[in-house]
Amino acid sequence: MNDIIKGGIGDSPKRTEDHRFLSGNGRYTDDLNRPNQTHAYFKRSDVAHGVIKSIDTKAAAAMDGVIAIFTGADLAADNIGGVPCGWQVHSKDGSPMVEPPHPVLAQGKVRYVGDAIAMVIAETKQQAKDAAEALVIDIETLPAVSTLRAAIAPGASLVHDDAKGNVCYDWHLGDKEAVDAAFKQAFKVATIDLTNNRLIPNPMEPRAAIGEYDISSGEYTLHTTSQNPHVIRLLMGAFVLHVPEHKLRVVAPDVGGGFGAKIFHYIEEAAVTWAASKIHRPVKWTCERGEAFITDAHGRDHVSHAELALAQDGKFLALRVNTYANMGAYLSTFAPSVPTYLSATLLAGVYTTPVIYSEVKAIFTNTVPVDAYRGAGRPETTFLLERLVDIAAHTMGMDRVAIRRRNFIPIDAYPYQTPVALMYDSGNHEATLARCMELADWSGFEARRAKAKARGKLRGIGMSTYLEACGIAPSAVAGALGARAGLYEVANVRVHPTGSITVFTGTHSHGQGHETTFAQLVADQLGVPFESVEVVHGDTAKIPFGMGTYGSRSLSVGGSAMVKAMDKIIAKGKKIAAHLMEASADDIEFKDGKFTVAGTDKSKAFGEIAFSAYVPHNYPIDEVEPGLDETAFYDPKNFTFPGGCHICEVEIDPETGTVHLENFTAVDDIGRVINPMIVHGQVHGGVAQGIGQALLEQAVYDPEGQLLSGSLMDYTMPRADNLPSFVVGTESTMCTHNPLGAKGVGEVGAIGSPPAVINAVVDALRDYGVTHIDMPATAQKIWSIINHAAPRMAAE
Amino acid sequence: MAHIKLTVNGKPAHAHVESRTLLVELLRDHLHLTGTHVGCDTSQCGACVVSVDGKSVKSCTMLAIQAEGVHITTIEGLAAADGTLHPMQEMFREHHGLQCGFCTPGMVMSAIDLVESHPEGLTEQQIRDGLEGNICRCTGYHNIVKAIAAAWPIMHKKQMPQAAE
Repeated sequence: MNDIIKGGIGDSPKRTEDHRFLSGNGRYTDDLNRPNQTHAYFKRSDVAHGVIKSIDTKAAAAMDGVIAIFTGADLAADNIGGVPCGWQVHSKDGSPMVEPPHPVLAQGKVRYVGDAIAMVIAETKQQAKDAAEALVIDIETLPAVSTLRAAIAPGASLVHDDAKGNVCYDWHLGDKEAVDAAFKQAFKVATIDLTNNRLIPNPMEPRAAIGEYDISSGEYTLHTTSQNPHVIRLLMGAFVLHVPEHKLRVVAPDVGGGFGAKIFHYIEEAAVTWAASKIHRPVKWTCERGEAFITDAHGRDHVSHAELALAQDGKFLALRVNTYANMGAYLSTFAPSVPTYLSATLLAGVYTTPVIYSEVKAIFTNTVPVDAYRGAGRPETTFLLERLVDIAAHTMGMDRVAIRRRNFIPIDAYPYQTPVALMYDSGNHEATLARCMELADWSGFEARRAKAKARGKLRGIGMSTYLEACGIAPSAVAGALGARAGLYEVANVRVHPTGSITVFTGTHSHGQGHETTFAQLVADQLGVPFESVEVVHGDTAKIPFGMGTYGSRSLSVGGSAMVKAMDKIIAKGKKIAAHLMEASADDIEFKDGKFTVAGTDKSKAFGEIAFSAYVPHNYPIDEVEPGLDETAFYDPKNFTFPGGCHICEVEIDPETGTVHLENFTAVDDIGRVINPMIVHGQVHGGVAQGIGQALLEQAVYDPEGQLLSGSLMDYTMPRADNLPSFVVGTESTMCTHNPLGAKGVGEVGAIGSPPAVINAVVDALRDYGVTHIDMPATAQKIWSIINHAAPRMAAE
Repeated sequence: MAHIKLTVNGKPAHAHVESRTLLVELLRDHLHLTGTHVGCDTSQCGACVVSVDGKSVKSCTMLAIQAEGVHITTIEGLAAADGTLHPMQEMFREHHGLQCGFCTPGMVMSAIDLVESHPEGLTEQQIRDGLEGNICRCTGYHNIVKAIAAAWPIMHKKQMPQAAE
């Protein structure tokens, strides 16, 4: 894999999918219309907590175009279950988490603004919407808890009666006694209290779903905006609708961004599929943006206290972290795993901290369910750790770079066993740090700071040196930790008689460019032209199985499955080639698309072998079956561990508190790179979301549980004029346990960037005595700091 | 119900619409031109931008009945009959200015208007300011900005003036 061939690994061919997207020929779920289709609209709760006293559907049912109105009672009568949670966490005392049912339509109570109460189905969307307005719903409002602090306050109203104190679980990880002992030996202790701000993912395509039922075959079909159609089929079929897999097809066509929010099984998917079988017509639902704000799972929302014990030389002795994590009103599909196994397990970061102890309490609130959003747990841990390291440097009077270098896991310590379960396989933190500092001109910063000062501006620089974990694995380990699914991936490589190839993958592309990257991988390995490889994803009727795309897993897990399937293709091809060239299969070599008898000039092209496999006239029929079509399941041996260094440089206008991003540099170690153009694009997008979290984005609830930041006019999405051009580099070590050496790139940008931004902002404000500022660092917040600190400074 | 006639992508079109029907609903639901997308309900995201009589317009901010007699170009109408992409489409492809593709049609339509309305040239800051009404969640805008800068000389058939660089 050293020489880059055209369209192969390391090349950057333009994306295969782009022509259809650029010409308006993408096919997203809302672009699809089924014959005789109807339209659904969900009537949702406008209070955060209450008892449903009555639902009067009479007037609505009589309105133009209305076909059916369903409520929770109809679903209960048909024995329809709630949407399940896919990960079970146990508390310290061994008891399982409190896992309340999450009904498709509310049963008796509503628990957040947006909770669905009724589904109105009509001939047109407008008719359904008009009729929903005519529903008369009497709700007795109950007190709501809309924030973590409100939910854990003594005497707080309970979201679920069986979750005492609103606690879902009280979990821990690490050696508490050893940590306590180490703190007694500490020279100094660095501490931080922080909130990891609640975010709303906002993929640009709103969710949508079309349910269909074929009465003649008894088959159900769901088209949905999902990152993982097989997972939806499994969860919806087995737990909600009680329909076996062979009678349920789930299709996720072109999907307009996911970022985690489209992993989960949502109630609307089950509702439209079930309703289609009741009215014997397709039922379509398309989410409006305002509706997305109150129904798509939110992200982050952790409150943490952390302490780092330091030795006199700046070595980290021990780390203690206490976190409260907001689960929202119900447990979304993977919510319990986010603050625990995807977060606390990374508290070692890139450092040799010998002992670590973490406690996490997951809390129910009367808000939208909270689940994985780009990075899922790893941005929370990285922010906490990289802020704490900067505070430690300040506490010790040490340089921020020096304290990091003193504590880096040295390259010769790999593989490295952390004290929080994970075993890192590879990394080179000194290399990514050095390269990033060079690209960002770290050494020239003080001169730029002085120049800015002369202009009346406050300039700051900050870095984060991070490590994260991707491709949750192996399945047996994930299962032992509470995952209720396997976490392998599946590939089917189908070589056609004329040598063109279709690859069916269980991963899903919703912006990542799989149709290009996977075609490059196959073209490279089988020595066929890039253009002759077609990648198919997103349809359970075409693809054997799969777990979909999240956690930056598609190349490291899905690509590895493809390599395994191609190995089988090559092994079979060698037997066919041996027969055709009257040689032993052991003597056949495969390289650059040719099967060659070793040490001779006798060879057969890949296409000739494919043809022979399907037209087996001269064929080793006793030894090999006809056809050239292989499937492989790949279960990873370990997580992969991307990492790197991000450096941010900001300038603050003290008159307004506005932060201007001057430079952002990212150097990431993501293992094998297939398409550098796509990889850089992934980093750009991730960094933009991280900067959004650091400076702009914040979901805000009022005390009654109303979402105040409930539209794109109230929730600040990063726009082009908020961001600089980025400097991006890679400095890769290979993953040692998968055949590609790939680690994953989808989330690194969103994980590494927020602490780099805030460390820069804090650095810019160092003369004001600031040691921490919570995200988002808005102009208002900074202006207040500057204006409240100034008199004190004057008095000193 | 009102009956309206207009020209879409160079061809005559007509439809019966309610007075509350939006232009974007006319395009998507009545004329089946689904390349124009709906990404929000507050005229913020720009996924629905089309060209109305040569100017970029968010088609969710205009009623269908206001479109009587106008000439509309949507993303489907940009490429030549033989499939050759418009320079802006081609530069988005060349510079990886799209990922999931959902904001892309509106982004491309806005970008064309931006370049056409700045024959004197465009700085990076002007491009960024000009995209204020279009939200992309995937790309961080980095490559979109590059694509637009690269399309300017092709569309104006001359080098970008130095002062604008």
